[in-house]
Order: sequence, then structure tokens, then C-alpha cells
Amino acid sequence: MICIKGGNIIDGISNEPYRGDILIEKNKVMKIGRSLDINFPNSVVIDAAGLYVLPGLIDMHCHLREPGHEYKEDIASGTRSAAAGGFTSIACMANTNPPIDNGGMVNFIKTRAKENGVVKVYPIATVTKGMKGKTITEIGELYKAGAVALSDDGRPVEDSNVLKLAIQYSKMFNMPIINHCEDLNLVNDGVMNEGYMSTILGLKGINRAAEEIGIARDIIMAKHYGASIHIAHVSTMGGVELIRQAKREGIPITCETAPHYFSATDEWVDGYDANTKVNPPLRTADDVEAIKEGLRDGTIDAIATDHAPHHRDEKNIEYNIAAFGISGLETAFSLGYTNLVEKGILSLSGLVQKMSSTPANILGIEGGKLGEGSAADITIVDLNSEYIIDTRKFYSKGKNNPFHGKKVKGKILYTIVDGSIVYAHSKIYEGSIDGRVDLLDR
Amino acid sequence: MALKNKDVLGLRELSIEEIDEILNTAELMKHILTQNNKRTPHLQGKSIVTLFYENSTRTRLSFELASKYMGASAANVSASSSSVAKGETLIDTGRTIESMGADVIVIRHPMSGASHLLAKNVDASVINAGDGMNEHPTQALLDMYTIREKLGRLENVKVTIVGDIMHSRVARSNIWGLQKMGAEITLAGPSTLMPVEIEKMGVKICSNVEEAVEGADVVMGLRIQKERQHEGLIPSIREYADLFGIDKKKIELASPNVIIMHPGPVNRGIEMTSDVIDYTASTINEQVTNGVAIRMALLYLLTRRRVIEHDMY
Repeated sequence: MICIKGGNIIDGISNEPYRGDILIEKNKVMKIGRSLDINFPNSVVIDAAGLYVLPGLIDMHCHLREPGHEYKEDIASGTRSAAAGGFTSIACMANTNPPIDNGGMVNFIKTRAKENGVVKVYPIATVTKGMKGKTITEIGELYKAGAVALSDDGRPVEDSNVLKLAIQYSKMFNMPIINHCEDLNLVNDGVMNEGYMSTILGLKGINRAAEEIGIARDIIMAKHYGASIHIAHVSTMGGVELIRQAKREGIPITCETAPHYFSATDEWVDGYDANTKVNPPLRTADDVEAIKEGLRDGTIDAIATDHAPHHRDEKNIEYNIAAFGISGLETAFSLGYTNLVEKGILSLSGLVQKMSSTPANILGIEGGKLGEGSAADITIVDLNSEYIIDTRKFYSKGKNNPFHGKKVKGKILYTIVDGSIVYAHSKIYEGSIDGRVDLLDR
Repeated sequence: MALKNKDVLGLRELSIEEIDEILNTAELMKHILTQNNKRTPHLQGKSIVTLFYENSTRTRLSFELASKYMGASAANVSASSSSVAKGETLIDTGRTIESMGADVIVIRHPMSGASHLLAKNVDASVINAGDGMNEHPTQALLDMYTIREKLGRLENVKVTIVGDIMHSRVARSNIWGLQKMGAEITLAGPSTLMPVEIEKMGVKICSNVEEAVEGADVVMGLRIQKERQHEGLIPSIREYADLFGIDKKKIELASPNVIIMHPGPVNRGIEMTSDVIDYTASTINEQVTNGVAIRMALLYLLTRRRVIEHDMY
């Protein structure tokens, strides 16, 4: 039994935090409320005075790289990275090698996660067989095996007819399609945002049009074929505006952005540090402002990490040939807190909505709220703690993160998954910690 | 005065004072270069390695001769870009060269920022001899030297650069450098070969060459790569030559004392007609001579900097 005492609770249901206690028994929240009269002799007590207690964070878009690219990341390291970042559930993308395009692969991920993982892992399966964009996968089988969404992430489903069939077919199982929106002809080997910075650095640019054409196409698809499409990693001002208009018209779309799109700009590429190379690329200050406004007014539903770990040899090379992606699980909450909550864009409960409750709703998985009987997936944070991001301390194998050395606020102290403390004070714990109260002393 | 950094990667990073110092030093070097005995001991005991991932005749030779005229040991490494993709990384290659005692590594590479990557990872001085579409600082310095020599100044000189600006590291370096020294720059070229938002660098843009050339003190043509037609960026080389090729008629619109420049190698009849290239106002061959002087100056200043640094400890 774990008792979290005296914390400021954000339950994911009401808007305002309140001071209270949470009693966890086995894997459930048994009791939650203002000053519970708890005095169980065998319970582990976490003194949460001055801390915030949140529903466990949920990342609906990350890359665990297993199978196929275990040198970049695997389920063991990726889930530890998630726990360190305060995530209790993560949905992993299907672009592994081989891709997650059949029931067997879904089961493989689930089994590996059970054996080696420390947080809950929900597989996302591909939209098309082999991620080739030609024929839709056996979506029924994928659903039965436990896939929570469909995505060819990394590649858009370019053929609109294939996307149409996928939308229509997946509707039977109520599975969202997550699309990576991009006109590949316009990308044309670009490596960063097209603009003044790409011009002076002499790097090939990717115009915002590439992303916005993809988004516009998907909005039109969702409108005419009447099923929800979730748009991955929105990064441009125009993209936010297209989605805002579509939502106003009642078109069933949802979308996410990633922390780097509200925390960094293409000016960071100056110096050619390939840790700034990501797709979609870091945009300009105007786009950053638009992303923040989209988060504030609700146009952007969720914040997902798009955690894309790579080996240092794939980043410590010429910018043009370096891999795209940022290892983001361990910096997401702090960036959100520092750049959104501290700046007055979102309230803390607003941030929790974007990083927990809404992703749970979109994927149709448990979590995102704390009530009696809900899963004991809990994240405890210290909002007053300022620290300097140090990628060398990452649990992820991927140290590719452009925020290394930046000062942020809001530190994850505890991550509790299904009633087990898996992360406490910078350390990962496996198995039961009953009787090891010493671990919890601050 | 010494250079601030251990490397010369671009005109963007150099200060006005440093540019002046380089140009003044090059003047002295040019005297040496025009002597009967082209030999000075400035680089005695120094080792200079040129590491070229792209084909080049003039730039490589220019560095090699500059090193040898000053008594350095010079060696060249040629690596095709395909062997890079398959084999050793740039950083590993750079460290290998450094381990053999190189004081200066001169790098040319098809990718922007490659010289920065190398410079960050070796203690040797790095000179960028052209990286992708980013910069080609020694070319811009020799162009600036040539303009200053011919016109006596850089301030308020009107320079018109014509051609494929987008892919041109020569254009970028010249824009940074010339603007720092007070020149006014106009760019002309097909709009599909004009990089976005380049006007934010403070240059004027014309899609019409006649307008761009009018009253210019310097007209600089850039090499147009035949691949641009295959990539569909221009409809044809023929149309390019017609619209943007610099001929005598266009030159007549420029200042009467105009000088005509080109970084070479020239596609005769495409970016410039032969009568313009061979015209007395053309400085194309002098640019080559000045290129050696500039490279001698840079090698001297960088190795001297290392000596000064060394003595401090």
C-alpha cells in the first residue's frame, strides 16, 4: 500500500488542484480526498507536501526502435526513459524493422514490454502492409491483438484512396489513424525549415507548404469520409490555422504538437548541431507563437514527444546526412511547464490535459484521471525545482536532444505505474519496493 | 594583430578588422608571388593538408602552391563523397590527418557545415575551401582583394552578382564580406535559383539583369551547373544564357570603369560570352593570382596565431 500525503492533486477531472491524500492499494487508487484519515501501519508514505500529484503522463507518440534498431533504443531503455520523464503509459510507433503490421508483431511488442518494460506500452500498428502505402493492414486482427491506433508515421499515406479505405475500415473498430502530414515532393531532400536561416546556412529548406498541404488533405479526407484523423506533430502557423478552421466546421480531427515546436526555433540550427535536425523541422518564432496559441485555445489537443532516439554516430556527422529526430521523453514535462505554464499559456491542469487526459481519450486507453477505482498511474512533480538538462544522464540510449545545457523548471520526482513506484528521485526501481521506505526519503 | 579564431570558416564569422588584416597581409604576399624567387620561410616546419571531398583544380592547387611558396610541407587527400557515405566519418578522417602532424587542414566538402563539424573536432586550424551551399571564404577574400586593388576601395562599391545564387557558396561569402566592408550588393538570377528571404541579408534583388547591371562597378558571374536543368530548376541552359548570360550589351549599362569577375571555371557562352571574358575589364586571371596571395596570407596568419598561442604557455 502506498499513501501519497499532503500533495496538491490535479485529478484530471476538475480544473483546480486541491490539497489531499491518495491511498493506493495494489494497482488501483483506493481512496482520494482532502485529508484522509489514513494510518495504515504497512503503507509506504510519500510526503508530497509542496509537490503536485498528477495523473500519470501519457505519450501518444514515441519511437522505441525495437525490433530492428536496438542500438538506438529498445523497450527496456525506452520505457525507463519514459518513467524518468513522468510517463506511465506510452504508445509506440510502428516504424520498426520489421514494422508492426500484423497481430504477431503487436503481441511481440506487448510481450517484450511486459518482460522488460517499466511503464505501460500500447502498440500503434501500421496503416498499410510493410508501411509501403499500398494496401491496408488486417486492421481487425491488429485491433484484437491490442493495437490502439494506426500510423505509417515517418511517411504520410500518400495515396488518398488508400487513406480513404483505411479510414472507412478502421471506423469499424473505432481506431484512430495518426497521420504524418507531408507532401514528399515538396520536401525534396530538405533538412531544415525553409527561410532566412536555411538561406544563410546553405542548407536545403523544407517549406511550411509541405506540411500544410498534408494537413489540408487530411482535413478534407476527414470531412468527406467522416472518421477521425489525428494529425501528428503540427509545427506551423498555417497548420494550426487550418485545424482551427476545420474544428470550427465540426470536422472530426484531433492533433498534437511536440515540445520542441513550442520551445525552439530554426535559429538553433546555426552551428550545424544535428541534434536540432527533426522532421517536421524547427520553425520560426512566429510559428512557435502560433503553436502556443493553438495550445491555449484548444486547437491543439495534445502534446506528444515524438521521442526519436538515435545513436550518436547518426548525429555527430554532417547535418545533411544526420538522422532526423529528438530524444524527448525526459525533457517533455519540464519544457511544457517552463515554456507553457510558467509563461501563462496553459494552467498546470491544462498541461496535464494535453499530456495525459486527452491522449488517453484519443487512444481510448485507461488513465488521464485520478479517482477512486482508477488505475494507480501517478506522476509526482516538484514545480519549484530548477535544473539544467543533461543528456548524459538520460535513461534513453538516445542522447540527441537540443535542450542539453538549458535551464528548466519542474522536475519529475516519482512515477508510479499500476501502484508500483518505478521511478523515484532520479532512480529507476524494478519490482516491489515494499519495506524500502528509505528510497523515498527526500 | 592575429585572427580571433583558430579557423577560417566563413566571412560571416570574420570581423572588419580581421578582413582588413587578411587583405593587407595578402598585399605583402603578392609581392613575394611576383618575384623571381617565389620562396619565403614563413611556413617553414609547418604541415598543411588539403582534404577535398569534391573535385577541384584551382582551389586545391592554389592552396598547395601557397603552402609550398612559403616552405611548408603540403599534402593532399582526395576523397569522393561516395566513399564518405560508405566509409570513414569526416571526424575520424580529420583526426587521422591531425595525428600525422597537420597544423592546418583545408577542407572542401559538398555539404554545408562540414568545415564547422571538422573544426569543432580537431585542434588543428581548419580553412573552409567551400562547404556545400554555405561559404567559400577564400574565394570571397580574393574577390574583395581584387576589387580593392582595381578600384582602390570597397566602400560604396556597387557589386552585382548574377546567376545561381541559391547553390552558390561564393555568393554567400561575398555578400557577408562585401557588406561588412561597405559595398552595396545587387543579386540577379532566375527566381527558382534565388534562395528565400535572402533580401533580409540586406541585398537588392532583380530578376532582370539589365536593371541589376545598371551603374554597377563590379559584375560578377557565377557558374551555372548543368544539373540545374536536369533538376528542373531552369527550363533550359539556352534560356538561361539568353536571359541571364552576361554579354557586351549588358556590360555597356554598367559603370564605365566596371570590372568583370568570375570565380571560374567559366562556361563560355552560358553565364558569360567570350568577348566579355576576354575583355580588358575582366579580372578573371588576376583573381587566380590573388587567390594564391590570399591563401598565403591566411596560412601565415593562422600558423602565426598558433605560434603566439604556443608561446603564451
